Amino acid sequence: MGYNSQLMEKDQNNDVEVGSNKPCSILIAEDNEGHAALIIKNLKRAGFKNDILHFKDGQEVLDFLFMKGEGPHRVSGESYLLLLDIRMPKVDGIEVLGQIREDPELSKMPVIMVTTTDDPLEVNHCHKLGCSVYVTKPVDYEKFTEAIKKLGLFLTVIRVPMIDGIKS
Amino acid sequence: MAEINEERRKDYQQELNIIIAEDDEGHASLIIKNLKRAGFRNNFIHFKDGQEVLDFLFFNGEGPHRVSGKSYLLLLDIRMPKVDGVEVLRRIKEDSELSKLPVIMVTTTDDPREIENCHNLGCNVYITKPVDYEQFTDAVKKLGLFLKVVKVPALDGIQ
Repeated sequence: MGYNSQLMEKDQNNDVEVGSNKPCSILIAEDNEGHAALIIKNLKRAGFKNDILHFKDGQEVLDFLFMKGEGPHRVSGESYLLLLDIRMPKVDGIEVLGQIREDPELSKMPVIMVTTTDDPLEVNHCHKLGCSVYVTKPVDYEKFTEAIKKLGLFLTVIRVPMIDGIKS
Repeated sequence: MAEINEERRKDYQQELNIIIAEDDEGHASLIIKNLKRAGFRNNFIHFKDGQEVLDFLFFNGEGPHRVSGKSYLLLLDIRMPKVDGVEVLRRIKEDSELSKLPVIMVTTTDDPREIENCHNLGCNVYITKPVDYEQFTDAVKKLGLFLKVVKVPALDGIQ
């Protein structure tokens, strides 16, 4: 298909607002309450109106994604994006990332590591496991705020697939 | 041990090189211009089709090749001559070393099946090019500002 015909086709399909996100819920796995609150506040400031779910350890987010336990579970056909801390109680973020990437359906969910560690070994390891993006939390409060705002603006331009949405 | 870590850190905080695989010259220059505005300097490498970028990454052919130990990030169009972006993505993510190269699809296609397919193949991020010039500019700026805060591994950097 030629480039121009693509553009024309797209023009006729303008019901989907270009550059905006389809409803995609943000999952935050973060044991530090202060960090979680700061992330949520600044995502909202960046214009993010989508659902945000907060989990306090790796087990909680795994239970949600793999539909186990008594807590909330994900809904088939919805889109999710996970902001994942590394150091967490019970199950750490590396293990959570590994389990997500090993699952044939969940493997397509974007996972953004948001962590204090900027050790190149850790950056390397997470990319090997298939993280989508790796962001470090700046120690400085202002810089942390700024980084999350940039993350929030970035999230408004990306496209995220549905989980269990399309069967091939 | 501390010295080794310091050495690694320095090694890895080097400039991020941005590879752009894009056959549309107008789109490529718009992307580069707005990434520069977001604070990136002259570390851009532009390829006009999928074969050129594969040759660069896999050390084939007569053209430029990547340098081991450097950090790269690829902005990848889908519809391109010779080898399309989906095939480029597949080959990168199948390679044990290149699989950790962040690949950002930047494409006009917002078909959910294409978004799904690229995520199944392991794309890191999927962004659609807005048809509107202002919106395209705005999207690239947002991408650029965000890329300033991400950490990217060096290829062949840590064994």
